[in-house]
Amino acid sequence: MIVARLKTFFKSEPTTVLLAAAFFAALLAGQVIGNTDPTTLLARAAIFALAALSLSFILGQGGMVSLGHAAPMGLGAYVTLTLALFGIKDFFVVTALAFIAGAAFSGLTGLIALRTRGVYFIMITLAFAQMAFYAMSSLSIFGGTDGMALPVRSTVFGWPLFRMDGATALVALLLLAAAYGGIMRVTRSRFGMVLRASHLNESRAVALGFEPLTYRLLAYSFAGGLSAVSGVLLANLTDYISPSFLDWHRSGELIVMVVLGGVARPFGAILGAFALIYIESLVGGFTQYWNLVLGLVLLAIVLLRGRLESRLKAAP
Amino acid sequence: MSLTLLAVQILNGLELGFILFLVASGLTLVFGVMDFINLAHGVQYMLGAYFAATLIAWSGSFWLGLVLGAATSLLMGLVLEWAVFRHLARAGHLEQVLATFALILIFTDLVSMIFGAGSLSINLPPVLAQSVTFSSDFSYPLWRLIIIAAGLGVALLLWVLIARTRLGMLVRAGSTHPQTVQALGVDIDRLFLVVFAFGAMLAGFAGTMAGPLTGVEPTMGDSVLILAFVVIVVGGVGSVRGALIGALLIGLVDTLGRAFATDIMSQFLSRSSAASAGPALASMLIYVLMALVLAVRPSGLFASGD
Repeated sequence: MIVARLKTFFKSEPTTVLLAAAFFAALLAGQVIGNTDPTTLLARAAIFALAALSLSFILGQGGMVSLGHAAPMGLGAYVTLTLALFGIKDFFVVTALAFIAGAAFSGLTGLIALRTRGVYFIMITLAFAQMAFYAMSSLSIFGGTDGMALPVRSTVFGWPLFRMDGATALVALLLLAAAYGGIMRVTRSRFGMVLRASHLNESRAVALGFEPLTYRLLAYSFAGGLSAVSGVLLANLTDYISPSFLDWHRSGELIVMVVLGGVARPFGAILGAFALIYIESLVGGFTQYWNLVLGLVLLAIVLLRGRLESRLKAAP
Repeated sequence: MSLTLLAVQILNGLELGFILFLVASGLTLVFGVMDFINLAHGVQYMLGAYFAATLIAWSGSFWLGLVLGAATSLLMGLVLEWAVFRHLARAGHLEQVLATFALILIFTDLVSMIFGAGSLSINLPPVLAQSVTFSSDFSYPLWRLIIIAAGLGVALLLWVLIARTRLGMLVRAGSTHPQTVQALGVDIDRLFLVVFAFGAMLAGFAGTMAGPLTGVEPTMGDSVLILAFVVIVVGGVGSVRGALIGALLIGLVDTLGRAFATDIMSQFLSRSSAASAGPALASMLIYVLMALVLAVRPSGLFASGD
């Protein structure tokens, strides 16, 4: 009975099972080999899961393939740095302002990008992210391309909570859980349905009297804000902020996380982020050519997925 | 700002513009004909430069290395099309982004594994390494002029190919009405192969031409790829004419902006704030231009099908 149910689950969700297995294998192997501090790694995974979750909201629900999602994340880190330079380090203030900055950046660029579709949208989101990257690289007050150390980590009511990476991990996990709960609610709400409807069949959504652009823009700005919040946490974890936070490779990795875990469900993004971060830390312990490994696996998955899935479904 | 300085910067802008045109022209056709997003086009630019650098060192002859490098780029384009791209032609944009992103990761690491992460240089033969003197205070490197001339030549060649040959007719038709072209009995996959491989060769050629100026390194394709995207968005997907105008526009605006933004801003701001805001503004200029073009014409200046 249980075996049969497990079998059906594996057949219907082969990537989820494989990914979860890979995550736990990497987690176990990482514990045995122990090349990274486990709490730091957990915090990092939870932070990237939050960013990937926000991307999955617009990519999975709204069909918006943004190749610039690292930009609001990096801007959140730069907001943290700017405020810290002015002596403002309260986590709630920093997070609120970072959310506003990320949402404003995504909202403004979205106004232009969301009027387009397909390859245009992908290229425009990438171009605007690159604009933010070059802007940060050329600002000498933030150390230009070299970046700058965060003078002080954020505090909660004056208490230096983020001094311990374990606390950062806890806050990241709490925020991740809250964001997941919120996004699941939105997904089931009227707003989420309109968003999905305008992705799946835009002309019908328009015919029903909806204005898809408004819904897309709201979702896109919200995702940008959430991504910026993850940037605040990342800044508090790494203590050093550089333009590489906004690098478009990172935007690509966020897409990889979302797609690996499954685009259709928000939980897939969390699973994908955890799997990728843990496997990266494990493989990174053996070779400096992690990107080569990731690239080969990714290419194999994209090229073979259709064939694998049809074979699994055909098997009795 | 002296007139000579302005002339030098305009030539620099044209030179960057023609490099971008070589990269963007193949890319825009692949986008236009197949509705295919190829992030790995920058990889072909980078590989072209490495092929040329290796072949020049191996053959001892600059010209032989140049020609063999372009031929190898063409071959690489054919191989990649056969191994990867043809399987993605009917997949969604998300799969195309993932697979071509994977190619970037693979080739960037492979190249730094083989050649090291540092920069190689392509040395110009002495004949080409000199400058052309226009007047007593105005001389300009010959190689940059050759790049401009080569870019013009390729633009002319592409115009003849696209406007005057049967193949070009198919490409034009394919970029606006792919289904109709296929229904008329044209093998659209063959067309894609030809366009793709030719685009790969042009990108490799661009990398070779830029190599002596910028140095040859594993990540050299990234910034060029994104500039080429801006060019295509501004010019309109699928339009070679748009790619040419867009490339020259982006090349000139970027170069002149970087050269003069600080000077111009110090007219309005204090010297120190101009010095810090100038470079930031200059690096954002082409993206602002892109946003302006898109606000007025959402599908670019020369959208196919206009």
